Amino acid sequence: MKRYDAIVIGAGHNGLTNAAYLAKAGLDVLVVERNPYIGGATVSRELHEGWLYSNCSYVCSLLRPEITRDLELPRHGLQVVPYGGGVTFMENGDYFASFEDHEAQLREIARHSVRDANAYERYHTDVTKQTRLIRPFLLRTPPDPTSFKPRDIKELLFLAKAFYHLGEETLNDTFRFWTMSIGDYLNEYFETDVLKAALAGSGIIGTALGVYSPGSAYVLLHHYMGDVDGTVGAWGFARGGMGAVSGALAKAFQSYGGEIKVAAEVSRIVVKNGRTTGVALANGDEYHSDIVVSNLDPRRTFTVIMDESDLPADIVTKAKNFKIRGSSGKLNIALDGLPTFTGLDPNSRLMIGDMHFSDSLENMERAYDDWKNGTWSKKPYLDMVIPTQTDPTMAPPGKHMMSVFVQYAPPKLATGEWTDADRDAFGKTVLDTIGNHSPDFKDLILHVEVRTPQDIENEVGLTEGNIFQGELTFDQLLFNRPFPGYAQYRGPVQGLYLCGSGTHPGGGVMSAPGANAAREIFLDLKRDNLVPEAYADD
Amino acid sequence: MIAHDERRVIETPFHSRVQAACALNEWEEWKGYTTVTAFTDVALEYFAIRNSCGIFDLTPMIKYRITGPDAGAYLSRLVTRNISKQSSGQVMYCCWCNDAGQVLDDGTLFKFDDNTYRICSQERHMDWFGASAMGFNVQIEDETDQVAALAFQGPTSCAVLKQMGFQDIENLKPYRFTSFPFDGQELMISRTGFTGDLGYELWCDPEQAETLWDALMEAGRNYGIRPFGAAALGMARIEAGFIQAGVDFMPALDVVRSERCRSPYEIGLGWLVHLKKPNFNGRKALIAEKEKGSRYRFVKLIVEGNKPAEHAFVYNRRNQAIGTVTTAGWSPTTKSNLAFASLEMPWGLEDDELFVEIYYIRELKWTRVMERCHVVKDAFFDPERRHATPAWDF
Amino acid sequence: MTEYDAVVIGAGHNGLVCAAYLAKKGRRVLIAEAAEIVGGASITREFAAGYSVSACAHLLYQFHPGIARDLELEKHGLELASDDLATIALASDGHYRRFSGSVVTGNGLTQKDISGFAAFHEQMTRYAKLLAKVAGRRPPKLIESDWHDKLNLAKIGLDIRRLGRDDMRELLRIGAINLFDVLNEKFTDELLKGALSVDGVLGAHMGPRSPNTVLAYLYRHLGDGFGTSGPAIPRGGMGSVTMALAAAARAEGVEIRNRTPVTKILCSAGRTTGVKLGSGETVEAGLVVSNADPKTTFETLVGFPELEAGFSRRVHNIRARGTTAKLHLALDGMPEFTGIDAIDSGARLVVAPDLAYVERAFDPAKYGEFSPAPIMEITIPSVHDETLAPAGKHVLSAVVQFAPYELKAGWDASKKSFENTILATLSQYAPGIRDQIVASEVLTPWDIEQQFRIRGGHWHHCEFSLDQFMMMRPAFGATQYYTPIDGLYLCGAGAHPGGGVMGLAGRNAANEIVKREKTT
Repeated sequence: MKRYDAIVIGAGHNGLTNAAYLAKAGLDVLVVERNPYIGGATVSRELHEGWLYSNCSYVCSLLRPEITRDLELPRHGLQVVPYGGGVTFMENGDYFASFEDHEAQLREIARHSVRDANAYERYHTDVTKQTRLIRPFLLRTPPDPTSFKPRDIKELLFLAKAFYHLGEETLNDTFRFWTMSIGDYLNEYFETDVLKAALAGSGIIGTALGVYSPGSAYVLLHHYMGDVDGTVGAWGFARGGMGAVSGALAKAFQSYGGEIKVAAEVSRIVVKNGRTTGVALANGDEYHSDIVVSNLDPRRTFTVIMDESDLPADIVTKAKNFKIRGSSGKLNIALDGLPTFTGLDPNSRLMIGDMHFSDSLENMERAYDDWKNGTWSKKPYLDMVIPTQTDPTMAPPGKHMMSVFVQYAPPKLATGEWTDADRDAFGKTVLDTIGNHSPDFKDLILHVEVRTPQDIENEVGLTEGNIFQGELTFDQLLFNRPFPGYAQYRGPVQGLYLCGSGTHPGGGVMSAPGANAAREIFLDLKRDNLVPEAYADD
Repeated sequence: MIAHDERRVIETPFHSRVQAACALNEWEEWKGYTTVTAFTDVALEYFAIRNSCGIFDLTPMIKYRITGPDAGAYLSRLVTRNISKQSSGQVMYCCWCNDAGQVLDDGTLFKFDDNTYRICSQERHMDWFGASAMGFNVQIEDETDQVAALAFQGPTSCAVLKQMGFQDIENLKPYRFTSFPFDGQELMISRTGFTGDLGYELWCDPEQAETLWDALMEAGRNYGIRPFGAAALGMARIEAGFIQAGVDFMPALDVVRSERCRSPYEIGLGWLVHLKKPNFNGRKALIAEKEKGSRYRFVKLIVEGNKPAEHAFVYNRRNQAIGTVTTAGWSPTTKSNLAFASLEMPWGLEDDELFVEIYYIRELKWTRVMERCHVVKDAFFDPERRHATPAWDF
Repeated sequence: MTEYDAVVIGAGHNGLVCAAYLAKKGRRVLIAEAAEIVGGASITREFAAGYSVSACAHLLYQFHPGIARDLELEKHGLELASDDLATIALASDGHYRRFSGSVVTGNGLTQKDISGFAAFHEQMTRYAKLLAKVAGRRPPKLIESDWHDKLNLAKIGLDIRRLGRDDMRELLRIGAINLFDVLNEKFTDELLKGALSVDGVLGAHMGPRSPNTVLAYLYRHLGDGFGTSGPAIPRGGMGSVTMALAAAARAEGVEIRNRTPVTKILCSAGRTTGVKLGSGETVEAGLVVSNADPKTTFETLVGFPELEAGFSRRVHNIRARGTTAKLHLALDGMPEFTGIDAIDSGARLVVAPDLAYVERAFDPAKYGEFSPAPIMEITIPSVHDETLAPAGKHVLSAVVQFAPYELKAGWDASKKSFENTILATLSQYAPGIRDQIVASEVLTPWDIEQQFRIRGGHWHHCEFSLDQFMMMRPAFGATQYYTPIDGLYLCGAGAHPGGGVMGLAGRNAANEIVKREKTT
């Protein structure tokens, strides 16, 4: 069998990013992918004829612009179209509008509270301070705080310097922000419940935390720290669905001479004499390489495709204890036309934004309580978009595709594994929630794909269907991600690397973990680093 | 339930008249309102301010009404200036700071009576004013939408008001206000403005806005009245030496990079700080700054040559960049080249030898010049008619 | 020349400790206490004829031994009726778990859980020792730091390094997360996990799944860091702790006036000049030290108008709503807990059958409802101390959670049904107890607010969580005991390190006052 310089397991966006950088450096790189298509959770799939579904990730903001540019993704077909604003439908029939435009947003908040409208400006300033702090770290390797190596000390000093520049008061606010719940944090600014609910969504998406769980304010930051064309916090649609991201990454990789094999499930990472020598496929094929990079989540990497005997004992315990919880599901819906929503002008620009149906923190927290009790939320938090209003490529003219992110849904129900009947009931809960605010919605439905966390695990390989490849809590952030002592992308076996969202800086279609892992590999190979640094801000 | 409104900018109560007068159709947004950059010709508008009179739609200026038995005590804690001597009918220019003594904004404080005030500012402050109100028996209401306002500025402005029948208006002193019956309601007139000239500001119910505009235009017909836009106002305010939030300093609440905040001492408003006042927001920090020294000095500069020094760096004689220009422009009245600048300490004393680095373009060719500039202490233009009471007719 | 150098507001344990240390340093100190007796929330009270109980705090978890030594509390009458109490996790079927130091026993426990607990306890004790060091010092400023802060930071850094690489990594991993995950990683026995989780949520508005509960657990086990292996019960109830402290303070020359509420902290030009008393009398002093909670201190006694608006907003935002209630029962005999020997009835008894139970007890508190099935920490101090009840009779004192301060239905309307809920829960573990009740008393956070003058009825004065810990406690601008008002200091549970009858806030404050008032 052929020998490669590096083999990347999994053609998700981070695997492809990693592979692209390695190939760009002249390495002979193979990407093996279990599914018959590439993309991992960054895909566009035709599951109903004529419709493309971004059936996992569905919007784009975190993708590092430094990488987009460096790998020439636009030339390879990636086009990200920003969208803005949105609505939160209220139980009283009104809705709360979110506008990108500052003045329109202030007037909308002032409908509920003039003071909140102004407090929103303070909130915006304060959160911007946090995004400014975090963004430079996305394309850096976390230091090991227990190490005395010059590089770790240098990185720790970089970290300390960034904090130092905040000043004592902002530093104090920063510690509080990182340790508070999003609910408590918002309570320090606002009195209007629907405004808090509209903002709190970003604190829980993809996370097995409630709006009152300490640490959820950081999760909000994770959704605010991206940008589209320099507008920090903005989100966009990838033209052609999220598959366009992985498609462009794959083309970039191939343009550097890389090779992708799909329908090639890895059954084992082969370890000999304490170092990786390649991978064995389920079909019996073997490929050899001194470097094996896993884009799979840490739990899966260490407990499914590696032999316990090849690993140090502590790593298996750590992998088993790694928190990778399924908390969300997804509905992808083909529509015969554009639905209308109660109270909302069908021509409103808000239709293009994201739509939510939770109008109070209490409702959102109760949705989390349902999850804790092993059932899907009776009043779920939905993040819903209809990208076909701006993207002509995903549905026939006049028809639409709706993507509905649903939280919370447990990976396993209190009653046991998900059954088809459970899935249907879960889907119905979501459709009813939407239907309550859109009288014509249900009549327009042509096809629905309901995805439980279990489905996501089965299809994509994310353990428990966790979209971030691991919870974004402190025990799993920065130098703790995925485990303390293993945060620098190197596995416990020589030649083994991790490059997925389970590593720093975490989940979302960001490509930073993949690029960061490539930088570490270059370092180990004593090659020039090709991974860019983050754009500077003064 | 207040209706949804998806517009980015909305219209002021004067809009119908403003739009009709806006021959250039040159608009800009100001705090979410449609306002005019220039109506007919910036030079004509500017000279209306300095030579006859002009009107300017001031409605988007943020206005709060402060009422209640603790209003005076509340405001005294809020602003850095000693306002204990403010009498009813008096206006005071103030600034207010956060705990760290960094300026949140400046504005004008109108005292109606011991329990009733209005504060006008460039930025919104309901959040800060609300937090400041804890422990005081006061109510704060945003009345920006409920009060239409016009700036009426220029040497003939008093004559026009007299013409309109506002008796005794000439005896209204600077920084005082009074009310007159108008159109069946009350019209408040203050002798205030942002032009540094003789002038007034008129405050009325939005319902009366169009009537007031029409009445002023009619009465001013023979006094050279002319609506002016933001461009002309900008020229006048430099000559007058007035700073503007968001241009000459960053309001502390909008600051993400903490070192970009400024104290009153650092933006030339030290005269508004009365450290002897027993308690006001920022006092401790400002006392400490007074002892320790400020980081910056805000200066007015006269720049040699005639090229505007906008966005220019300022250098000392050793060619070290020691600050930047925040606002600059040619002054048609003083016939000189003016600038405001924020300089690092200790620079900016009157005899410092300073230079500004100016880039200017002629037919797509950029040229860089280093112009000598001079620190001046007083306003560039401060005519006697601005202060004279009774007010002059022209 | 004024009569006093310092006025301490409130004769709670921290106020007494602070006053005593100040007096030791030669300050003339007056303590003004609003109540009839000294003690604050550490008092003994007769709640039914012949029956006395520790009315608020009921166990001595982590009193700092150094303070007891410095102030010679034994000499001043403090005696422990029992110490190093075991904890017993009750089970309705009698299959309890017994914790004593690093040893856990109980039917059906796996060897893995038993040895796992020993390892866990030892590791937590190492962290508690670290935390104990941090608790004994002023929280540092990080940027505007003086040399004390820099030294302190260096010490903390060194102490963390000294843990060794593995312990340090584990601390950095679990320090900010929840007990639920940590306990599930380590143990399988539900009752064991449930009982341990109580130590992370006691007195707090948190469930086991709430991040920060590991920190709260360590805080609860600070005593382990001081060298004890379980809570203690003072003879005569918790009131005897503060009585001894008061005697020690008086011996140092401190004057204590009871029934003397302070109504105002007087300020002039940003400096305190003394206090105004309920009687209308003014006591002048250059130093005022408040043992009251931060909201009472700043909002009520100083008044927000005397402070700056940003700081006032921070004080306003302090989370300080209690979720803990207290149950007192006078019993005409020894209650029988299923499966528990009489000899063990004097242990610390915990009702928390599993993690999910504790979490479900917490959930309603988020929405302003009390737990339909509460968790409890029960003591029967009369087992150890015959002075509390008539011969043969007993008193039971229980901490009950969760009972939110802001109850949607209102406490007036709900108190009776809450008491029934508690007794129903209790009866599951002590089936005959209802028939033994001679008298009962329930204190909701609302009652605690009224009776102990703690805003929000929160024992810790401010919620104990990471965002209100160390240099964030209680709020930016007052984190090093001094406050924005010159001469005014905090010495209560709202200041670092926080609540519990420990005394460190009082001692640290005194140290800080002596240091600062010398230099300025």
